[in-house]
Amino acid sequence: MDTWTFGWTLALIGMGGTMLVLWCLSLVVLLLKKIFPYRPDDSASQKG
Amino acid sequence: MESAIVSGLQGLFEGVANLGAGHAIMLVIGSLLLYLGISKGYEPLLLVPIGFGAILVNIPLAGLMDNDGFLRFFYDNGVLTEVFPLLIFIGIGAMTDFQPLMENPKIILLGAAGQFGIFLTLLLALAIGFDKLDAVAVAVIGACDGPTAIYVSSKFAPHLLGAVSIAAYSYMSLVPLIQPPIMRLLTTDKERKIVMGIVKQPVSKTTKIVFPVVVTIAASILAPKGTPLIGTLMLGNLLRESGVVARLKSAAENEIANIVTLLLGLSIGATMEADKFLRGETLLVLALGLIAIGLDTAVGVLFGKLMCLMTRGKINPLIGAAGISAFPMAARVVQVEGQKYNKKSYLLMHAMSANAGGQVGSVIAAAVMLSVLKGMGIVGG
Repeated sequence: MDTWTFGWTLALIGMGGTMLVLWCLSLVVLLLKKIFPYRPDDSASQKG
Repeated sequence: MESAIVSGLQGLFEGVANLGAGHAIMLVIGSLLLYLGISKGYEPLLLVPIGFGAILVNIPLAGLMDNDGFLRFFYDNGVLTEVFPLLIFIGIGAMTDFQPLMENPKIILLGAAGQFGIFLTLLLALAIGFDKLDAVAVAVIGACDGPTAIYVSSKFAPHLLGAVSIAAYSYMSLVPLIQPPIMRLLTTDKERKIVMGIVKQPVSKTTKIVFPVVVTIAASILAPKGTPLIGTLMLGNLLRESGVVARLKSAAENEIANIVTLLLGLSIGATMEADKFLRGETLLVLALGLIAIGLDTAVGVLFGKLMCLMTRGKINPLIGAAGISAFPMAARVVQVEGQKYNKKSYLLMHAMSANAGGQVGSVIAAAVMLSVLKGMGIVGG
């Protein structure tokens, strides 16, 4: 594989892949917040 | 008798006789790193052992990096095996609170944009003439994340480890000087004055516990070659959030992190032997590292502008600069800059979200990079 094919492939898939994985993680966090919603007594247990 | 005395004296002064200009320069560089760490407070936990390691390894005939040298033992078994950076990640995970990120998850995208400097620098390094894997190692300085940079460069370009590590840690501590001019250049006065609303979305304890487990599984499936990086970071975070292993959490963020930081620093310093470090290539690595962090900042701010546009002015683009991994320094820089233009603007919490996103983002970017390299057949399994 020549240098520029390597460079552009890694750069484009790298940037796109990083953005995609983090976007998926943001959805995962939103989902977790829906499944395990915050309840006020959580804060008391967190402090403990 | 006379000849024995002469031989003895020769042995005593052999070190002096073998002291070359390269050794002398490296002794000065090692001392300079000590000065920066001790007097200027630039990442002293790393720069002090690195500086001292650089001094030790440049003492002529001391042989600390010979096959039986004591620094060689730590380097071979801790750095080349990638164990030290991974142990550091457990400590970082134990010290990091991802709550700001979970409160405002869309901001995590700024943590992705803040890594683009890595990939742009890769192209630059290739254009300059670096070998493919050397270019990867240099570009990863843009992760603005010492352990990630060490992990990747020890894997692909161990001969650049000293320069890459010095660049990564020095520039991380110089973030307050590097970022503001770029932030000002890319934003308008009106944008810098935007006041962001308070995001009050508390997170349950269960979410905080499940988060590291789910992130490990999801991110590792998407980028399997990065599992050691993601797994150790999230293991540390699980120790923190589970609340049931206080001793392990304490050990991870104190004893383990401290011991490994010392040995890692010494081992990195030990790679700075005069004949390996005093090359034009080292200067290029340092220059490209600076460019990488500048590009991270620029793309982060530009992505912030895009988010500002899409939210009709609800996001202050300055927080894009916090999408790098230098935590919490980059978030503080954003807060200070925002306050300069609008005293009523409190960007810290938003910037902390972006900064936590940058911490995850740097690890994910490296993981993606490793997986793509494996997919292209550039590196083996």
